[in-house]
Amino acid sequence: MGLNTRQKTRCIALLIFLNHLLNGISLGSVYAIIALGYTMVYGIAKMLNFAHGDVIMVGAYICFFAVSSFSLPPVIGVLLAMALCTVLGMVIERLAYKPLRQATSLAVLITAIGVSYFLQNGAQLLWTSNIKMFPSFFSSQPIELFGGELKVSVAAVVTVAACIVIMLALTWFTGRTKMGKAMRACSEDKSAAQLMGINVDATISMTFAIGSALAAIAGVLFCSVYPTLTPTTGSMPGIKAFTAAVFGGIGSIPGALLGGVLLGVIEIFAGAYISTQMSNAIVFAVLIVVLLVRPTGLLGKQIREKV
Amino acid sequence: MSEQKKNSYPKPKLVPVPSTNIIPDRDVDKRPILECRHLGIDFGGLTAVDDFNMAIGRTEIAGLIGPNGAGKTTVFNLLTKVYQPTRGTVMIDGRDTAGKNTVQVSHMGVARTFQNIRLFGNLSVEDNVKIGLHNQMRYGALTGILRLPGYWKEEKVAHERALELLSIFDMQDMANHQAGSLPYGAQRRLEIVRALATNPSLLLLDEPAAGMNPSETAELMNNIRKIRDTFQIAIMLIEHDMNLVMGVCEGICVLNFGRIIAKGAPDDIQANPAVIEAYLGKQKEA
Repeated sequence: MGLNTRQKTRCIALLIFLNHLLNGISLGSVYAIIALGYTMVYGIAKMLNFAHGDVIMVGAYICFFAVSSFSLPPVIGVLLAMALCTVLGMVIERLAYKPLRQATSLAVLITAIGVSYFLQNGAQLLWTSNIKMFPSFFSSQPIELFGGELKVSVAAVVTVAACIVIMLALTWFTGRTKMGKAMRACSEDKSAAQLMGINVDATISMTFAIGSALAAIAGVLFCSVYPTLTPTTGSMPGIKAFTAAVFGGIGSIPGALLGGVLLGVIEIFAGAYISTQMSNAIVFAVLIVVLLVRPTGLLGKQIREKV
Repeated sequence: MSEQKKNSYPKPKLVPVPSTNIIPDRDVDKRPILECRHLGIDFGGLTAVDDFNMAIGRTEIAGLIGPNGAGKTTVFNLLTKVYQPTRGTVMIDGRDTAGKNTVQVSHMGVARTFQNIRLFGNLSVEDNVKIGLHNQMRYGALTGILRLPGYWKEEKVAHERALELLSIFDMQDMANHQAGSLPYGAQRRLEIVRALATNPSLLLLDEPAAGMNPSETAELMNNIRKIRDTFQIAIMLIEHDMNLVMGVCEGICVLNFGRIIAKGAPDDIQANPAVIEAYLGKQKEA
């Protein structure tokens, strides 16, 4: 083609930009899936489940062992991880959080941090702190666009697709099914919901189940991109996803998506164009600025105080 | 009637307590839907309700009145197990509610509205009613996620039932409105519809006419009778609007300082000196 050097440089710069953007969206999709767990639990139980990040790690380990040790197909591994994490989430809720339903939010918060360390140390005890290399489930052959100029990894495409499907399914579930409506009713007024005959405990338990199943998916997707699996793998994406949930407006499902994707894109761009070492700091700096301007997050509801 | 036998419990002094229950003639032969015996609750050292005895017939409209702070809403909270009683028993349809929680009592057929409206403001009008229908829908989480035929069938039935219930108050056109954006009167009506959706046999209305103008109150009176006639249920209401209470209730129970000071038909209550002193008299002074 008749492009001169300057145009070629511009073209390449644009392609690199697109490549970073896609990576950012892909990483952001993982954050969004994790952020859903935070935001749903916060919306309904009004608590921050800091153990959520470690459920991701447990999900990744389960999938890892299912595939590496028992040589099960990856799909079965993911389903198994989802099933076991669902149970784990419900057990955590039942044993650690339910007895504190009437306690102050600070007590619940500290318990959540305790559960987080419990899971990390439990994993260390069970599976040692040696790094496990998470197997790649997706073809390493990237999808080539623009005649091979733009390469997109299969993992990134699968991640974004999974995120979109999960978002649509969840929006539909909360809006159109009786359990979803019960969840929304509980998030608005628990005692009124109870008086209408809704079992609030069962609804909260189901929220944890859904959040934990999503955490398992997120764990597998995250480790497909960053394959070093250790007992502390879950904490950093967990914190970032929590940030994403706050960024988008905690309690809001579309907010989790928006916050997650934006956070992923900012992180990748900051790493690529500004400084790799500084990328996390830049992400959190952006969060602080956003929260200064909009304290309830991008899509968060303004809480009206009754006067 | 059945309570006459066991009135050995010490009565409050100086105040005459009619020992007969206030059940209209047509319900006398049937088991009362609600029966409270010596019901009481203490908050720390404060006795909010004490020795509350009452029975309500299956299709009766009963009123619970009394000055501010008399314990009326506390009685509702005891009946719905928002508070667990310190003393006494509550029988719903002859079944003891001891040890039951709010959800279980709701399943036993008690529904209520609130003094300060507590709708799910962000949900649509129809969804608010469907929350009430929640327990009558049987499909499980997996059926819901996978949208199996059971889901479509039940949701369709629920949708039709919700519109049918809304049509009691001619609200079916508002089904898709956000509940929180409705005008005040419509929100009050929606609360009643939502409570009716739980398929109750006893409906508790906490100040249903609060904030309504006289014509709205008159309409509400008709609607309360209409609900009783259509659903054949018992209704118990707390209300300060004496026109409404005297106009619609068949039996009235007057509460003062947590104790029943009078029970009877509207005419008896209006003529009762204890009531006039404790309640109506004070209103005249103000």
